[in-house]
Amino acid sequence: MTEGNSFLALTDVTKTYGGVNALKSVCFEAKRGSIHAILGENGAGKSTLMKVLAGVTQPDSGAIRLQGDNVTFTNPADAAAKGIVCIFQELSIIPDLSVAENICLTQPPKTAFGLIDRKAQDRLATAVLKRMGCGEDIDTRSRCADLPLSKRQIVEIAKAIVRKPDVLILDEATSALTASDVGPVMELLRRMRDGGACILFISHRMHEIEALADTCSVFRNGEHVSTFASGAKTHDEIVQLMIGKPISQVYPDKPAEVPVAPPYLDIHDLRWGDQLKGVSLSLRPGEIVGLGGLDGQGQQEVLLAIAGVLRGTSGTMRVNGRPAVHRGPKGGKGSDMRIALIPEDRKTQGLFLSLSVRDNLTVSMLDRLSRYAVVDRLGEKALVDRMIDLLKIKADNADVAVGTLSGGNQQKVVLAKWLATDPKLLLLMDPTRGIDVGTKQEIYRLLRRLAGDGLAILFHSTDYDELIGLCDRALIMYDGRVASTLSGPSLNEHNILSSALNLSHDNSGRGTAAPSAALAEGLA
Amino acid sequence: MTAFLDIHLRRNNRALLAWLVLGGLLVYFLYIHPRGASIGVLSAWANQGTALAFLAVGQTIVVLSRGVDLSIGPIMALTNCLASHLVNGGPLELAFGIAVVVLAGAVCGAINGIVVVFGKIQPIIATLATGAIYSGFALIVRPIPGGSIDEMLSELTTGDLAGILPSSIVMLLVLVCLFWLPVSKASLGRSIVAVGSSEQAAYMSGLKVDRAKIAAYTLSGIFASFSGLFIGFQTLSGDPSIGLPYTLNSIAAVVIGGTALTGGAGSILGSIAGALILRTIGSLIFFTGLPPLAQPLFEGTVLLVAVAFGATRLLRINNRLEVFR
Repeated sequence: MTEGNSFLALTDVTKTYGGVNALKSVCFEAKRGSIHAILGENGAGKSTLMKVLAGVTQPDSGAIRLQGDNVTFTNPADAAAKGIVCIFQELSIIPDLSVAENICLTQPPKTAFGLIDRKAQDRLATAVLKRMGCGEDIDTRSRCADLPLSKRQIVEIAKAIVRKPDVLILDEATSALTASDVGPVMELLRRMRDGGACILFISHRMHEIEALADTCSVFRNGEHVSTFASGAKTHDEIVQLMIGKPISQVYPDKPAEVPVAPPYLDIHDLRWGDQLKGVSLSLRPGEIVGLGGLDGQGQQEVLLAIAGVLRGTSGTMRVNGRPAVHRGPKGGKGSDMRIALIPEDRKTQGLFLSLSVRDNLTVSMLDRLSRYAVVDRLGEKALVDRMIDLLKIKADNADVAVGTLSGGNQQKVVLAKWLATDPKLLLLMDPTRGIDVGTKQEIYRLLRRLAGDGLAILFHSTDYDELIGLCDRALIMYDGRVASTLSGPSLNEHNILSSALNLSHDNSGRGTAAPSAALAEGLA
Repeated sequence: MTAFLDIHLRRNNRALLAWLVLGGLLVYFLYIHPRGASIGVLSAWANQGTALAFLAVGQTIVVLSRGVDLSIGPIMALTNCLASHLVNGGPLELAFGIAVVVLAGAVCGAINGIVVVFGKIQPIIATLATGAIYSGFALIVRPIPGGSIDEMLSELTTGDLAGILPSSIVMLLVLVCLFWLPVSKASLGRSIVAVGSSEQAAYMSGLKVDRAKIAAYTLSGIFASFSGLFIGFQTLSGDPSIGLPYTLNSIAAVVIGGTALTGGAGSILGSIAGALILRTIGSLIFFTGLPPLAQPLFEGTVLLVAVAFGATRLLRINNRLEVFR
């Protein structure tokens, strides 16, 4: 990267989302005729970098140069006009249009009258799919919504290829492909590189990066940490670069030993569509178990399935020793199951932003607070006071709209609302996302205390620090399965990341990492 | 070829169903009609449904873009009142009058689109407000029903063609072919559908989202003006309150014709069938001797059945959270 003849160059690019630095003064260069891999943990800034380049978001400051000229993009059309095309994770497919219509969406072939030439469009789409070497079995006239995810991803790639981009950005574009389609797509990318394209390849799949990339760049916490030639560093060194700093002491002490008790939740071979491929886990009262891994490996789906939100799951689930019947969150809070799910998106799934703190706190409890269908005002007040006190919710009074509170206090309200139902099993979906460190610390301590009182907690987090600091055990998921179970000394960032990337455990002497059958399968 | 037919039928099966239902109702209607099947009866039947069919076409275009046009009835009334002033006299005056009326419809529609896009107001509220404004203008243009419209044009458009086809239906199809067919085959039409199917994906694909929406509302205004003109040809006058029941009926016609109110998928031809179904039910009730007051009951039932067909999608959803999207 020292030639100075870089095709694409970013200088001091900064992007902030509501106080969080997604990109911090990033300087980055990429050449023509190169496949440049971009690596980093969840939230390292890879996706923001891509969005800035594709014109989806605008940087707060900094410059983007293309062939030496400064460029600014106000929308994706601008970026595409300059030859920068992005392949998103299935974001730009129009579900109701056909495959051919989608592939030719931005520049459809026209007849002499300026109308879209359907025959030419079908020919073009077929030719592109043929050139890709995969997806020839896709009928270009079928509706995209009717295709399986893997085929839609092929359409998404074809849609980008047809625009003959100078800069092609792939964001996890290969993760949804079937194994037999990955090879041809990689071959196509190599041909494009040989043709002079600049390809930025964001992926978590180390073996794909090794097979494809000539240059690698590592991002961490919104900063560009290092760039090196592919193969110049070992897996261990790369993982070390991605991890960075040590964990700060914000977590409560873990108990030496979780009391022995029969499991409260016991799941065996849970399957759902192509997102869950046989998950087994069990959870004892008093235990905090983390659920980690890269984004979208099935962590959310496991929690949704336990809460009864998913239909058509298979496998067995026992709650408190009895087979559980799915009836959604309504049934889950019943006296036989006592399950509470803290949903992923507090603004839409967790809270009624325009309603008061009081209404939000009692909404899941109204049936128990009511006598003859009339809400008991005194009982309600007692409950609200108790919960505000328990979680130290900072609000002027219980009548202010919950939307006026800070993010941390909003999350406390969501927690309080479900704790009010007196659950035995608490499912948390990334509960500390976007809240300040002080509130995080309070929530960690509260969860540990509740666990001490016998609550079973299953905790999905995208933050590896949390998994290590808070959890007694962490299950790392990969591709719809539990790739490994980490606990004690083996519960460290290195092992989490290796399991998340589905790499082999070459250092299992350090702990008791237990690769599952799925991992063994992957190695075979 | 069979694969193509298969795909085509699967995509338009609900529109096809609407046409089959319409065919059945029409045969029954002609069977019980005291004067039997004749071109005169057929033309009268077609005239009954054409005004609503024009509105249904316009409404469908907006619904395809995931909007709704509650001002479509008021635009129809306003253009009808304008026509009762302007569509008179010699050939040049007639041509000028019709051009002004259609232009007025287009302007009203474009205003809707601009309010929705740049005002960032939900279509249902934006068009409710603009609709009230257009109703006000209609009352200013013609405070009480009256005026006159060229009779020759009236006979030409409400009669029959060579004793074979109702001219109103032919005119409807010709205008759809002139004003919607080219759009639907061009990038603009595809953008409208794309925006309705997934606005986010349309934006990410670099389509002109704003332009597509404004165009959809403008086309809706144009078809509303055709409806206003046709009502004028039928009644030979202008009436500022004529549009009132038409707005919701146009939405009903769209739904019966198989277009999803969630946008992105639908059929203009299906909506035409939907409009004619609604009107045929009215005529059937008249001729079968059922109390005319029962008409809303039957129309409501048909609407409910049509919506139920549209909701079968929900049965296949495996993540309950997606039901709410």
